[in-house]
Formats: sequence, C-alpha cells, structure tokens
Amino acid sequence: MLNEMIFAGFGGQGVLSMGKLLAYAAMKEGREVSWMPSYGPEMRGGTANCMVNVSDKPISSPIVTMYDVVIALNQPSLDKFEPKVKKGGILIWESSTIKDGPKRDDIRVFAIPAVDKANKELKNVQVMNMLILGALVKVNDIVKKESLIVALKETLPERHHKLIPLNEKAIALGMTLV
Amino acid sequence: MGEIRFMKGNEALAEAAIRAGMQGYFGYPITPQSEVIEYLAAEEPNHDYTLIQAESEVASINMVYGGAAAGARVMTTTSSPGYSLMQEGVSYIACAELPCVVANIARGGPGLGTIQAGQGDYFQAVKGGGHGDYRQIVLAPNSVQEMVDHTILAFELADKYRTPVLILSDGAIGQMMEKVELPDPIPYKPNKPWATTGKTHDRERNYITSLYIQSDDMERKNISLQKKFRKIEEKEVRFEEYMIEDAELIITAYGVTSRTSKKIVDLAREAGIKLGLHRPITLWPFPSERIIELASDDKVKAFFSIEMSAGQMVEDVKLAVNGRKPTFFYGRTGGIIPTPEEVIDFIQKKAGEL
Repeated sequence: MLNEMIFAGFGGQGVLSMGKLLAYAAMKEGREVSWMPSYGPEMRGGTANCMVNVSDKPISSPIVTMYDVVIALNQPSLDKFEPKVKKGGILIWESSTIKDGPKRDDIRVFAIPAVDKANKELKNVQVMNMLILGALVKVNDIVKKESLIVALKETLPERHHKLIPLNEKAIALGMTLV
Repeated sequence: MGEIRFMKGNEALAEAAIRAGMQGYFGYPITPQSEVIEYLAAEEPNHDYTLIQAESEVASINMVYGGAAAGARVMTTTSSPGYSLMQEGVSYIACAELPCVVANIARGGPGLGTIQAGQGDYFQAVKGGGHGDYRQIVLAPNSVQEMVDHTILAFELADKYRTPVLILSDGAIGQMMEKVELPDPIPYKPNKPWATTGKTHDRERNYITSLYIQSDDMERKNISLQKKFRKIEEKEVRFEEYMIEDAELIITAYGVTSRTSKKIVDLAREAGIKLGLHRPITLWPFPSERIIELASDDKVKAFFSIEMSAGQMVEDVKLAVNGRKPTFFYGRTGGIIPTPEEVIDFIQKKAGEL
C-alpha cells in the first residue's frame, strides 16, 4: 500500500512538522517513508508544504504530483491542491479560516474547523495541526494514534515534553471531528 | 543492523562524515546545503574533528588543501555558486594528489540562480571545472541512505587514489528526509607516509606541490596523473539498473531524477511500454562500457536522458551510444523536477516516431 500525501498551508501553521511526525510514526511501525519539504523563500505567513510518502515497499519517487491525501490549511493551498487529489482520495481542509470550500464530488472531503476548536476547547491555537492529524488517522488508518504519541516523545526536544499531553488531547479531539 | 534514524540528506551526509573518521571540516553556509555545517557545528563538542566556518568558499577549499597535505581526513560541502568558487583549489588538490571529499548539494543555475534543486553542474563536475587536465571521482547519491554510503565510500576512494572525490547531490536529496541505517563508526587509522607532518631524522622531507615550472616535470606529472585516471576508469565504475533485461527503451538518469525515473518505469510498464532505467552512480568514471553494451543490443530501440538541466549528461550518453541508437533528451531547469506524466508523454511521442 502506498500513501502519497501533501500537507500544505501557511508557514507557522505546523504543516512541515505534522508531516514529519506522521512519517516518523509510520517509520516506527516498520513502513518505508519519505518527507520532502518545499524549501526556499517560504517564511511565516507565506505558503509551505511537504510531500509525505508512506509505503510497504521501498519508495521510488519522493516527488509526487497526484495525491491520495491532501491536507489544506489555507485558501491558496486548497485552491492549488484540490485538483491534485486522486479520484476517491481524501481532502481534509481547515474550515474555520478557509472561505471558499472545495467543489469536487469525486473525492472524500472532510471539513475540520481545527482553528476554532483548538482556540475554544484547548485554549491553544498552535495545536491546530494535531487536530487535523487526529482527523487524518481516523479517516485513513495510515498509522495508529499511539505511534503518533511515540513519535512526539522521540522527536520533540526534552524541554517541550510538557506539551505532549496537550498534543495528545488535540489528536484525540481531532479524531472526534470526522 | 546499524542505528536507524529519520534524517535529512544533508544531516545524513554530515553524520556519515563523522562516522568515517573525518578530522577536519571547512565550509561556508549556502542553501540548500547549510544543514551540513549546522549539524557538524552542533556535534563538534562530542567529537575530535576541527570545524572552521571559513570566510568564503575559496578559503574553505584551501583549508581543505592544507588539512589534506597534513594527512588529515578532510571535507568541505557547498552548493553550486560556492562550488564554482572552489575550482582553482580543486585543480591544485588534484595536481598535488591529495585526498579530500567535496560535496556539491547542487541548485539551479546559472549565476546566483535558484535555491531549488538542479543538475546543471554536471559538466563542471565531470569535465574538469577547474583548469588543467585533471579528473575527479564523482558520486551521485539518489537517497538519504546513499548520502551516508557514498560519503563513507568517498573518503575511502579519496585515500586510495589520493584524489579529490566529489559527491554531486542536489537540493532535493539534501533537504528530504528518509529512513537511514547508520554504520558503526569506522576506526580510521591514517597511513599517509607522504603527509607533511614534520620531517623526522629517518626520512627525506615530504614535499607537496602543484607547481612544476619545468615542462618536462609538468609532462611527467601529467602522464602519471593520466595513468591514475585510467586505473580509476577501469576499477571504479558503478551503476544501477531497473527493469533493464527486456527493455526496448532506456532512460538514463542520475540523482533525484533517477528516483522519479523509477516511478516512470513502473507507470510505463503498467501501460505495456517496455521501459528500463540505467542509472550511473559514478558520473566519472562514466559507465560508458555498459551503455555501449546496451546500445549494441538489438532489442534496444532508443535512449532517453532525463535531467534537471538543459542537456548535459546526455552528451556522455551520446558519446557511448555513438550513433548506434537514437538518443533523446528531456529536461527541466530552474529547479523544476520533470514529472512522470510529462516524461512518459515525451517518451511515447518519440517512440511513436521511431
């Protein structure tokens, strides 16, 4: 099974780190993974994305043009990548900040008001990306939720470990939104 | 099994250099390569190597020259414009026959260019780059794992032949993360009786130079260098092939485009096209003999060089094919990686015209 994914949004929303976390979790489960960031003139407020492949077999190309899963956290990303979802693929979009939602009806679309929910229920908008990740692993069991927690523990520097319970909560909350 | 980590290509290269027993690193930051010096600077307190952030790439390569002359395992890394600045030094090091590792995590050019990945430095890497008749071994990794494997190999080949070895990678391989297996640190014991480590009473002084004022001396040096280059051509050719046995159409590609080309082969096979991939791992020495063999095979109809350049490696493919079969080129520049879809369209169109 090959999962070709892209995580896209504003720089600072955590798109690169959520992709990295998912890839790391999948690697921990024994899968082959690749993570390819857009790099360069991106900055906080600009758009950023990363392509993530998870597969049972060695990954030939880390660069993909059509996706099984698209995560779009801002309007430009949704506009750009909605047409790139493979037929029957998954599109998850941040519905409390994106004004014009997706139009396609040949894909599985999930609107997640992650910014609102993170603000209201967790009082921390920064874990918005973890809500989205929770929603993703609920609709497509690429990795187990437990593997994400392991990945958090192993990739976060020690000084940020106090934030793991909050992230765990955010993932769990995200899972309830689909 | 070695330690498994999830790493960026640049970090993997840096970690591999440490494990290969690198004793000196001299570099100057440049995107998309800067993670190498960042990683090595962070790790420096835990290891024995010397790290200097030089004032420029010209300084870096000359520090490498000095370190190598003193018998140390030394490395510098950079990206395209920085590598151009190093060419004088690389030529000196090649002539002085000193071992060192240089990595060019290439970006799109010419000029200051773009910081996205590029393969436009192929000519510079394999045809000289600097002045004079020299060659250097050029390794082209196409995965994060190979960033590790090739770095270790580069140090070994450099010492074996007393020559600069270039790792020609690109921004895509440098920036992406994959699973890597790291080898245990290699116990490196330098055996370099020629190094300028201070004259002892029991031997003549060691003298390292790239200056041969007398024509006779210079020609003798050239003849001996060429002899070494022929030996490298004979012994060190490396390549990898995929679905080549029954292939009628053959892609040649290296580095990141050899990864996308693997996918192109898979897609073509699903569509019933007998496509295969020949991937040079050493760009110099180039696997010409193997390409001659493939070009002489009756079932092979054409070659397609897929690159992120305006057509560079295709010239070496054509030299080897030597008119036996049509050889086509498809490339993108500016840091754009050719997509499987556009390459398959191109191959189908050209194959249809054969």
